[in-house]
Amino acid sequence: MPTIKRTKFTLAPEQLLEMFYWLKLIRAFDERLSILVRQGKVKSGVYTGIGQEAIIVGTGYALRKADYVCPLHRDLGTFLIKGVEPRVMMAQMFGKSAGLSKGRDSALHSGVSELGIFGSTSMLGANLPVAAGLGLTFKMEHTDSVVVAYFGEGASNVGDFHEALNFAGVQHLPIVFICENNQYAFSVPVEKSMAIDDVADRAASYGFDGVAINGNDVLAVYQSTQGALARARRGEGPTLIECKTYRWHGHSEHDKAFYRSDEELAMWKSRDPIPTFTTYLQARKVLTDDNLKEIEARVTTTIDDAVDFATSAPDPRPEDAITDLYSS
Amino acid sequence: MSKELSYLEAIREALVEEMRRDAKVFVLGEDVGAYGGAFGVTQGLHDEFGDMRVIDTPISESAIIGVSIGAALRGYRPVAEMQFADFISCGFDQIVNQAATLRYRYGGRTSVPMVVRAPNGGGVSGGLYHSQNPEAWFVHRPGLKVVAPSTPFDAKGLLKAAIRDDDPVVYFEHKFLYRRAKGPVPEGDEIVPIGVAATRREGRDATLLTYGAMVTPSLEAADLLAKEGVEVEVIDLRTLSPFDKAAIFHSVEKTSRVLIVHEDVKTLGIGAELSAVIVEERFDRLDAPVLRVTYPDTHCPFSSVLEQANLPDTSTIVEALRRLAAY
Repeated sequence: MPTIKRTKFTLAPEQLLEMFYWLKLIRAFDERLSILVRQGKVKSGVYTGIGQEAIIVGTGYALRKADYVCPLHRDLGTFLIKGVEPRVMMAQMFGKSAGLSKGRDSALHSGVSELGIFGSTSMLGANLPVAAGLGLTFKMEHTDSVVVAYFGEGASNVGDFHEALNFAGVQHLPIVFICENNQYAFSVPVEKSMAIDDVADRAASYGFDGVAINGNDVLAVYQSTQGALARARRGEGPTLIECKTYRWHGHSEHDKAFYRSDEELAMWKSRDPIPTFTTYLQARKVLTDDNLKEIEARVTTTIDDAVDFATSAPDPRPEDAITDLYSS
Repeated sequence: MSKELSYLEAIREALVEEMRRDAKVFVLGEDVGAYGGAFGVTQGLHDEFGDMRVIDTPISESAIIGVSIGAALRGYRPVAEMQFADFISCGFDQIVNQAATLRYRYGGRTSVPMVVRAPNGGGVSGGLYHSQNPEAWFVHRPGLKVVAPSTPFDAKGLLKAAIRDDDPVVYFEHKFLYRRAKGPVPEGDEIVPIGVAATRREGRDATLLTYGAMVTPSLEAADLLAKEGVEVEVIDLRTLSPFDKAAIFHSVEKTSRVLIVHEDVKTLGIGAELSAVIVEERFDRLDAPVLRVTYPDTHCPFSSVLEQANLPDTSTIVEALRRLAAY
């Protein structure tokens, strides 16, 4: 497998703590959503990314404001890192009018053009051709902005994936393709949907580099992303980074995930990205008992506030089912 | 001031004028670059506007449309060419699930100003995959606009309107008309608004609703009926979604009889919806059942013997008009 050109990076203690905060916040957000589903307070299908947060934070923290993201259905944290208020995201999950889609669709099927967020549909991989179009505009404008497009290993079997990566390769577009390989496409394990081991190998077909990395190591993800972003900003075209990871919950909160073993889940839980990073920060005295408490309190306050807001926010008006279909 | 252009030249002129007017307009598709498009619609564009505004793409209809959506989200106005309307099925998901839903699921906070050009229609022995009329699929999907011009004048004016529209527009251009339809096209910036039908012939006895390549045989049929003392009003819908209800009702109230003519197959074609709307909302004004002349519910075959046997033409339209008038 080709190796990615690494970019040296130095993260200040405050930055490391900020990444730690995002990991904790995104984990807490998804865990709360899971509870809210069981309580019947959130009624939609909820697709958590618990266990995959290092990918969201490692890639998201490397971005500039002008960069565009195309998150997949588990990447709620990407919306948060890109600047959507936790209250608004929670209202979105509650189907309230204060949510991004005003109750029209749940989950992450929305976006914010001003913040550079394009949300997916339920057709996995269908966000990738759109990502190519976004990247094409950056190329047209000769800017050094980059599109970061996310997809699962399952979506790498969809035609749109191949059409988009081919187009991006031919046009040499500033795109970083992030594969979140969480081992299962709903219930189907990776070995039943691909005849190769690494999605990263698929990049070679399209004329750019692919690399497989430990997706549970937030700093490894950050470093790889920085390298790929730097190349894209220099006009050196796309990169595919495959982040090997695992989703702890089922495909959705309604999926009991009986298709996998307890041992397998336990093995992956032992690779939980958060304790790994916690230990790293504590060993370097970046994270102390005091700021750990402070961060945990801030996370709890933020989530509680978001849930309170979403709970008391008004439902959409029935007539909004037929508005916003057309601009004119 | 106007000049005589073919339907194909009128489409090209609209593209060129819009690209000169607005740097955000660009075209993409298979063979649209130096080759100038499979039918020659984009000839000369690559020379004038270069690689970044006239983009040859791989054979990837889904990517062509998805890329257009991405560009539209950033304020560009892409015009995507499907080499044949038949191939639009390969990009169907991007149109119906991405483009059509974006504004809605963004809470009205974005728009997708893009055009998908789709050369459609039979009559040229194109066979199963070069003859289709898939317009009804897109009329059935909220969030899209659908137009189908029948004259060079409208081909230019509607394409300009589609490019300037902030919503995704599927633009059906009929291949049979490319070089056969010639007519006056205004110099300069004349827009044909989306959603407005054109009355091609006035009449008091029956209303004929049609569009695209069926307009000419419909007018010929109306002329023949006039010799029998039946005056048929021929309305060219021009826009299929949203269709011009007011113009349709205005005519129905005058004539009390309706014939719908289209080249698409019968079952759940546009005619089915037009008929349902007329019956629902103007039942008390009708003196006869709403009739349809359409392609039968079959594929469009290659052999011209097979194809011509089924394509609606002047004689089948005349026959239907006589039945309608007899009520």
